[in-house]
Amino acid sequence: MKQIITTFIIAIVAMVNLQAQKYFSKTGEISFFSATAIENIEAKSNSATTVYDSDSGKLQWAVLIKSFEFEKAMMQEHFNENYMESSKYPKAQFKGEIKNKEVIKLSKDGSYTAQVNGTLEIHGVTKNVSTTATFIVKSGSITATCNLKVAVADYGIEIPSVVKENIAKELEIKVIANYEVLDKS
Amino acid sequence: MRYWINHRAKLIIVFVFFCTLPTIGEAQGEEDDLLALLGDQEVVDFTYATFKANRIINLHSIENTANGVLDIKISHRFGFINGGFSELFGLDQASIRIGGDYGITDRFMVGFGRSSFEKTYDGFAKLKLLRQSKGKRVMPITASLMASAAIKTVEFQDPDRVNYFSSRMYYVFQGLIGRKFNESISLQLSPTLVHRNLVRTSTEANDVLSLGIGGRVKLNKRTSLNSEYIYVLPNQLAPGYRNSFSIGFDIETGGHVFQLHFTNSTSMIEKGFITESIGNWLDGDIHFGFNVSRVFTVR
Repeated sequence: MKQIITTFIIAIVAMVNLQAQKYFSKTGEISFFSATAIENIEAKSNSATTVYDSDSGKLQWAVLIKSFEFEKAMMQEHFNENYMESSKYPKAQFKGEIKNKEVIKLSKDGSYTAQVNGTLEIHGVTKNVSTTATFIVKSGSITATCNLKVAVADYGIEIPSVVKENIAKELEIKVIANYEVLDKS
Repeated sequence: MRYWINHRAKLIIVFVFFCTLPTIGEAQGEEDDLLALLGDQEVVDFTYATFKANRIINLHSIENTANGVLDIKISHRFGFINGGFSELFGLDQASIRIGGDYGITDRFMVGFGRSSFEKTYDGFAKLKLLRQSKGKRVMPITASLMASAAIKTVEFQDPDRVNYFSSRMYYVFQGLIGRKFNESISLQLSPTLVHRNLVRTSTEANDVLSLGIGGRVKLNKRTSLNSEYIYVLPNQLAPGYRNSFSIGFDIETGGHVFQLHFTNSTSMIEKGFITESIGNWLDGDIHFGFNVSRVFTVR
């Protein structure tokens, strides 16, 4: 009997270690910030989706452009209608991988810095990006944060001369997600 | 026993089974699109920006002023352009409405204005009942209700007869049904009832029924071509009054929307442009005019 139990434990441990563990969030927070002398513009979405596969190191993100909320309703309308053309390009997405996946142990408490490389698609334009993200694991909860800068012109987003002074050429983007283990069933 | 397997063999089977499980899972999990694992996340996708402003030209559009936003509107209608050079094609005269619209919620707005034409004050409330959407919830149209009242404060035409204050009052009830067909084309129907407490002769109806039709075609991201026509059902107005027809452009620049148009109506409120338009397009009785809107986020 003892032997059976031991074997079971070994089997389960082996399974957990071998299985490609995937983590996800459906409430990823993406905010961006434009700072100019004239005005600051901020928008935030709380419904970005992301999946991280710790086995392959693959990391993906997607967010609906329409889910970004602004302080001013008119800004939000212009953002969708004039700048991002969200009915034509409804989503922004990131597809990439964590280069140093070996050092990121999401089952162990700690703070890990990840080297993230991949492609970012905004407004129908895809560009390579590489940045660093931080994973903080604390008693089972996994929080990932990342800051990056995106140049508006890189993604073919036209800004008319009238408001050129109101919108920063480079936006600061902040990403936060609380990852949970993805149960495949 | 035929089905007896020894103890050790059993353990090995169990062990092998568990070790291969994850491998099977992995073979299936080799998708390129990791996000597909989360399933389709269907959300209600509301249609926005059916029109650029909350007026098509004179008619209310199905757009509402957003919650906590004050929209100051200054509207002009110059004289008839057939006034010729001596009147600088109508620019010597102007009929003005100054007003403000305010969004109490995203679906309910109120507005107030004062027109120079017959020194008229007007107030209205507009409620959005249905919002066009697709995705998780499909709604083909946006529908709203609008009610307004207007008080004409100009001196009574005949001061010798008994004049009641109520004779200055006009009421309007309107339904608005609109649809954004695609990025560029939006159409709207506006069945309207105008109630006039006092009319000049008994042949004129106190309650005037009409059907407004309006639409827009977007020319580029910031400009659209708008037009509207209001058909007044026959035998309600005195001879000489005409249906209102207007055509113009919406030009949007940051926080402003400029609406430049040509219309045969002098008044900018329903009781006026629906029941009191006299201009004949074919004779050149056309006003050039504009609405300028500037929004302020108040709260």
